[in-house]
Amino acid sequence: MSDKWPQPEALLPLPPSTFHILLALADEDRHGYAIIQDVAARTGGALKLSAGTLYRSIQRMLEQGLIVETQERPAPELDDERRRYYRIVPFGAAVARAEAHRLTELVSMARERGFAPGRV
Amino acid sequence: MTMSVYKALLHLYPASFRAEYGAEMCAIFARRRRDAAGPPAVAVLWAATFFDVLFNAAAVHWDILRQDLRYTVRSLGRSPGFALTAILVAALGVGANTAAFSVTDFVLIRPLPFAEPERLAKLWQRLPGYTRMELSPANYRDWKHVSTAFDSMGAFYELSVNLVGQGDPERLDRAVVTADMFPLLGAHPLLGRVFAAPDDRAGAAGTLMLSYPLWQAVFGGDAGVLGRRVTLDNEPYTVIGVMPPDFHFPSRQVEIWTPARFQEQDFQDRGDNYLEVVARLRRGVSLERARAEMDVVAAQLARQYPKENKRVGANVIRLRDEISEQSRLLLMALSGAALCVLLIACANLANLLLARALARQKELSVRAAMGAGRERLVRQLVTENLVLAMLGGLLGVVAAIAAVPLLARLVPNSLPIAQAPSVDFRVLIFAGLLTGLTGIGFGVFPALRASGRADLSGLREGARAGGGRKERLRSSLVIAEVMASVILLVSAGLLMRALWRLQATDPGFSSEGVLTLRTALPMPKYEGTARRAEFYTRVLSDTRALPGVSAAAYISFLPMVMRGGIWPVGMDGEERERTEAHTASMRFVTPGFFAALGIPLHMGRDVEESDTIDRPFAAVVSESFVRRYWPDQNPLGRHFQLAFHDRMVVGVVGDIRVRGLERNSEPQVYLSYKQVQDGWLAFYSPQDLVVRSSASTGALLPALRRIIRSADAQQPVSEVRTMAQIVEAETASRSAQVRVLAVFAAIAFLLAGVGIHGLLSFAVSRRAQEIGVRIALGARPGTIVKMVLRQGVLLAAAGVLPGVALAYAAGRAMQALLAGVQPGDAPTFAAAAGLCVLMTLLGCLFPALRAVRVDPITAIRAE
Repeated sequence: MSDKWPQPEALLPLPPSTFHILLALADEDRHGYAIIQDVAARTGGALKLSAGTLYRSIQRMLEQGLIVETQERPAPELDDERRRYYRIVPFGAAVARAEAHRLTELVSMARERGFAPGRV
Repeated sequence: MTMSVYKALLHLYPASFRAEYGAEMCAIFARRRRDAAGPPAVAVLWAATFFDVLFNAAAVHWDILRQDLRYTVRSLGRSPGFALTAILVAALGVGANTAAFSVTDFVLIRPLPFAEPERLAKLWQRLPGYTRMELSPANYRDWKHVSTAFDSMGAFYELSVNLVGQGDPERLDRAVVTADMFPLLGAHPLLGRVFAAPDDRAGAAGTLMLSYPLWQAVFGGDAGVLGRRVTLDNEPYTVIGVMPPDFHFPSRQVEIWTPARFQEQDFQDRGDNYLEVVARLRRGVSLERARAEMDVVAAQLARQYPKENKRVGANVIRLRDEISEQSRLLLMALSGAALCVLLIACANLANLLLARALARQKELSVRAAMGAGRERLVRQLVTENLVLAMLGGLLGVVAAIAAVPLLARLVPNSLPIAQAPSVDFRVLIFAGLLTGLTGIGFGVFPALRASGRADLSGLREGARAGGGRKERLRSSLVIAEVMASVILLVSAGLLMRALWRLQATDPGFSSEGVLTLRTALPMPKYEGTARRAEFYTRVLSDTRALPGVSAAAYISFLPMVMRGGIWPVGMDGEERERTEAHTASMRFVTPGFFAALGIPLHMGRDVEESDTIDRPFAAVVSESFVRRYWPDQNPLGRHFQLAFHDRMVVGVVGDIRVRGLERNSEPQVYLSYKQVQDGWLAFYSPQDLVVRSSASTGALLPALRRIIRSADAQQPVSEVRTMAQIVEAETASRSAQVRVLAVFAAIAFLLAGVGIHGLLSFAVSRRAQEIGVRIALGARPGTIVKMVLRQGVLLAAAGVLPGVALAYAAGRAMQALLAGVQPGDAPTFAAAAGLCVLMTLLGCLFPALRAVRVDPITAIRAE
């Protein structure tokens, strides 16, 4: 509802579910269930988003301007008219990048203290 | 089946969320349900789903609430005047009711602070003319033994004592209780033990229990006080216990308890009524059954002792109801008035919110056009209104906390509870409920109405806010406000008139320049009449010698301070039945009492020093006594019997209001302080000193204390008051109530005026074009003003008429409080109606001026 989008850093740290949804939408538009499946596949089944968490996150991400609902739909034989498809927007990508940067810095700090594998 | 359960669960989400994502969530759930194989997997799925919905629904609601709150802060910040007004109005409503409730709850509703208080009952004797007469020890003993409806029964009487040897001598309010009293109440001591059966056996060593305040004040809260020996009225007592701070019995004045020890001779006289009796109902026995049983018991005793008990019945009431009808009515009237204020505040609030919703029509339409559902709009408005109500409620509670001490005078002394109520958890819950109701009742409604029209029509330029329907609604709200304020104005007016009437009541004596104090002489030290006389003579002669003192005398009890002391009067050697028609109030006085209190002596002489025990027993009687027994005859020299003796009338004085300003008093009989045998009627030994003087209390009191100390260094002085204070205390609770009611009425008056003003201002601005056209067509200012006034007067009249009828009904309901003022008292109604006319005119004033100033060109161009 805000008039201007804030700086990407203002939204950090992102809730894990939000970050995962952004990752799921990075390469293609997806509908809700496809997002759940993608997250589950990428995390080896460790993170299974519930429907409630998914749509609550999506609602907030829509409001924050990280994603949009797209009107383009796949071929009718693959489609289900109840489905809504979501697409990441440049601001969403910027926020995801900022979060990734934050996490990288965190990991490198941990590495310096020997809490993570890799060169010092 | 499975899906319908899930769909039902989804209703925990806000409707907007459900509409957006419900279908997809259902599809996902259906898939997962298909994937779940076997009952354990299904169970796990359901559990997970259940918690998922619960958690996320709460989170979504919270998100929306945060958004709405942010929006609310912004939108209220844009119109601080409106926000402040609404908060103040809500605060008035909540504050008035919270304060009224805290006192009413404290006095009338909340259970007494004893174990299972609903089973506690108070037992009285019922005699013709008296519904609550104390019991004699003999009747108490028989009632206790014969009745079966009670688990236990105990008795007490109040008798103050002198405490000597712990610093300055002090006069203490004491209750003498039977040993069963404390266990019966379920009261436990803070220190030590309570009385047990051996304590109240005749001849047992004296034991006593201290109240918490006395323990703190006199014994410094010393835990080693147990076993300490203390002298009360020259008798030795041992401290056995200290009661906790919240224990008050039978009233909060009592500071010390000693056990009652009845001697065999105490049971001789069945007419010697001084015991108050409390009993605990047997479990499962109703009050009605106990009453029925006690009626039978009383009838049985009446047959057994026809001479004394012929007309003695039993009266059983709940201990909770041991409160005068007047106290109850005062509080009910207060609560009713507070409700009126709430009604007015709510109507005002609803009106404000409606007006604001109309003004925001465009904003709402824009939001609706941008896709906000009706549910979201309503929710937004409700949040706003609830925020206003809550801020108002908070402010109201703060105001109530500040106001409650002012209402403490409405707490009657007769209940075993603390002096002042506190705003506690119960009261806060009440205030919270009230705030919630105010916010929802009068916030949701305008929100629904406002959002109902939030469509595109609101966006059209020049769309006029509001329609006829809405104005009718607002008009009815204003009418309700006027109505409620008429009720309040009339009620406050009637009670004010009653107060004035009582304050103007002639007590029969003149209290100006009269200082009183009590020196209660301890028995048996002062059992001898001559010994007492010596004390009085010394104190009085020294007092009379003080500069400025014109008269001084002693009496048993001052009028209004002690209302009892009522004795049956006998004529021609025969005692009449103890009914109201044959009783009189009896007091012993020293010479000069009538002069000291300014009671006119109409005939004969005052009591004199020469009226000694060996002379005929002299009596000065009041005029009403003469009217009753010897109308139109010379009463001087006539004889009657009172308090075991034949008495001869030597003088006639004016009547005084012994029983206070509000009740009729029995005729009065004054006896010579010297004409009583040693040890007899010790309760009536003169103890109240009355001094008429031109000196100030501050100057007089130290001298009086000195005089008393030199007469008896161990004699405490208590209850120092001017007679004016005593008379004023008669109307103190009424004054407190009237003050509060007057404030309520003023608030109501103001709010109703503001309501009329608001509605008319709105109407004028809505009709600006019409008015402009009229002016352009040559309408004179007078016509325009008349047009506005007409609407105002119609509103006021529509409120005043039902208001007057309801106010009359309210007056009838509290007639017992009106001290003879008629519930239809014309001056009061006229004044209230006049105030309403004034309020209407004031409310119309500015809208009318604005209407006259409408510039026709601008108004028409705006179209």
